[in-house]
Amino acid sequence: MTELTLVQAVNRGLFEAMKSDPDVLILGEDVGVNGGVFRATEGLLKEFGAERVIDTPLSESGIVGAAIGMALYGMKPVAEIQFVDFIYPAFDQIVSELAKFRYRSGGQYPCHVVIRTPYGGGIKGGLYHSQSPEAYFAHTAGLKVLIPSNPADAKGLLLTAIHDEDPVLFLEPKRIYRSVTGEVPDGDHRVPFGLASTVREGSDVSVFAYGAMVPVAAQAVDALGAEGIHAELIDLRSLVPLDEKALLASVEKTGRAVIVHEAPRFCGYGAELAAILAEKALYSLKAPVVRVTGFDTPFPYALEHLYLPNAERVAHAIRTTAKAA
Amino acid sequence: MPTQPLYRKLRSERRSNSVADPTPSTAVDATGAEARIPSTDLLGVYRMMVTSRVVDERCLTLQRQGRIGFYVPMQGQEAAQVGCTWALSPEDWIFPAYRELGVALTRGVPLKLLLDQFIGNSGDALKGRQMPNHYGYRAFRFVTASSPVGTQIVQAVGTAMAARRKGEPIVTATFFGDGTTSSSDFHSGLNFAGVFRAPTIFFCQNNQWAISLPREKQTRSETLAAKSVAYGIPGVVVDGTDVHAVYGAVAKARELALAGGGPTLIEAQVYRLGPHSTSDDPRRYRSDEELNAWKAKDPIARLKHELLADGQLTEEADHEVWESTKAEVAKALAASEAMAPVQPRTMFEDVFAHIPLALEEQRDQFEALSAPGATKP
Repeated sequence: MTELTLVQAVNRGLFEAMKSDPDVLILGEDVGVNGGVFRATEGLLKEFGAERVIDTPLSESGIVGAAIGMALYGMKPVAEIQFVDFIYPAFDQIVSELAKFRYRSGGQYPCHVVIRTPYGGGIKGGLYHSQSPEAYFAHTAGLKVLIPSNPADAKGLLLTAIHDEDPVLFLEPKRIYRSVTGEVPDGDHRVPFGLASTVREGSDVSVFAYGAMVPVAAQAVDALGAEGIHAELIDLRSLVPLDEKALLASVEKTGRAVIVHEAPRFCGYGAELAAILAEKALYSLKAPVVRVTGFDTPFPYALEHLYLPNAERVAHAIRTTAKAA
Repeated sequence: MPTQPLYRKLRSERRSNSVADPTPSTAVDATGAEARIPSTDLLGVYRMMVTSRVVDERCLTLQRQGRIGFYVPMQGQEAAQVGCTWALSPEDWIFPAYRELGVALTRGVPLKLLLDQFIGNSGDALKGRQMPNHYGYRAFRFVTASSPVGTQIVQAVGTAMAARRKGEPIVTATFFGDGTTSSSDFHSGLNFAGVFRAPTIFFCQNNQWAISLPREKQTRSETLAAKSVAYGIPGVVVDGTDVHAVYGAVAKARELALAGGGPTLIEAQVYRLGPHSTSDDPRRYRSDEELNAWKAKDPIARLKHELLADGQLTEEADHEVWESTKAEVAKALAASEAMAPVQPRTMFEDVFAHIPLALEEQRDQFEALSAPGATKP
């Protein structure tokens, strides 16, 4: 075990994967000499050389398209998109190509690329360094979508992703890259996909969150303990595949659900969770499902502290839900 | 601006001053490419071009008869496609667009397998997932095509980089049309290939029309090959109706790539004699005069005249080539049409390596509803 920040855990995960498998390589903007703008790839160029840590021209569709070509040939590329806000030029390569290669070829061409990219607000990044677009990708058949909330999961999920057989979008909560530290298992630590993690056990209300919203929700849940409300906090970690069993089991126990994400509400990932609860757990529900989310606006710069869900908003939602008849 | 030589090996017919004359004013004749198609291969090349034409014509008819849903023809591009593929090694990877019948046939993809894909039956390697023409076959190193244009270009560069890293002496060849040179992935791909000196051949078939948009409205560049200059890679214009010229240009590009010299952009000037697809009527946007000027340069007729002149072919033997090819196509089609349809259950396969629980649930619900009598009141 080593005490690491989340971004250090990502770095260790990449290091482990590259050390154990010569087919793993990294490509992206400023990932080599500069070690990544967030230092996620720091030291890797020196350790593994420029053939495996590739500084690319400034072209996201080029990065993902080239990674697809490498994967078709049997490499295990890990592409970095500097900020998820810049992923849209590669949207065609991700949605039309990467996600569909296995299917459209009748299984002849699996295409295993991992795309790592920092997402989310809270760093004074404005419209173009703050977005949380996980729903676009979760909606696309053929992509796995992961969002860790702590250093151990960051390393463990990333290593599972690199050794998986399917394309993976790995969204890193940059707001807590350095603000959260934790014990991270050394070596080839892997966390399985499709398994949520229970952060706080409780019996009154179920709270579902992921990424940078997990510590925010935890703060709210802890504060409510003093009021006698015992909420259960579940970190989904894996958006696709989703741990539906954990979702349903918790709500069957508590009968109440609060969903937290920083992306806009309309057609956000929380809408899918709410729909699943409506389809499969309606008779367990004692109160309407509540979503605490970003607003349906572009991400604002000066007002980001008011846009992002905070512990007060989450606590208010939990309290209201707990008291609803 | 540097000019690109126009490789031209065949004796050119006298050309009229028609609007369709593809030769840029700066082009020069018959230089540059040393490699020649072995003369013992020429009848095979000719037969492959004829096969492409026969299959193409048959498929247009099949679409009109409702026996296949859609078709993208390639008539007029036989010399470009067969000549290019003839110059590649079977080990080289092909990243096609959706108009590459001659490439697939030359690579050795069995005709019945292609027809199975056009029909979308249980013999289709793609399991009926894609529209006609979007086939791909791993065994033939022929990557499955998609409809968005240009995406394959940058992928071909990635594969070339991976092959070089693994120390395997192959090139990747990617095919696209004049319209695609306006796409962002054309730029991304050529730029990456230039920077990383990827062993990739960019084979642009400039067939003069991107659906209804003529080449002059696609770009202000004098030639499409001229775009190579900005990426620091060689670019050549080649007469795509001259199979020798195409072969020579591709062989030279391949040699350069394998020697570590990086990529080449080849612009093969051809003409799409048919529509863009079966959903399109080219009379809406182009003249018969232009079409007829290009028909005079029909690549199959050009090679035939050469073979007749060299004594490799007689009119009788030529007749036999066409008739035997038609018989082969008829036989393959009958076999393909006898295949069972795709099983509905396969719809849920290959989204991921292993079917996730949520999708398994959808499949089971679908199958329960599809069971006989399941939806009756």
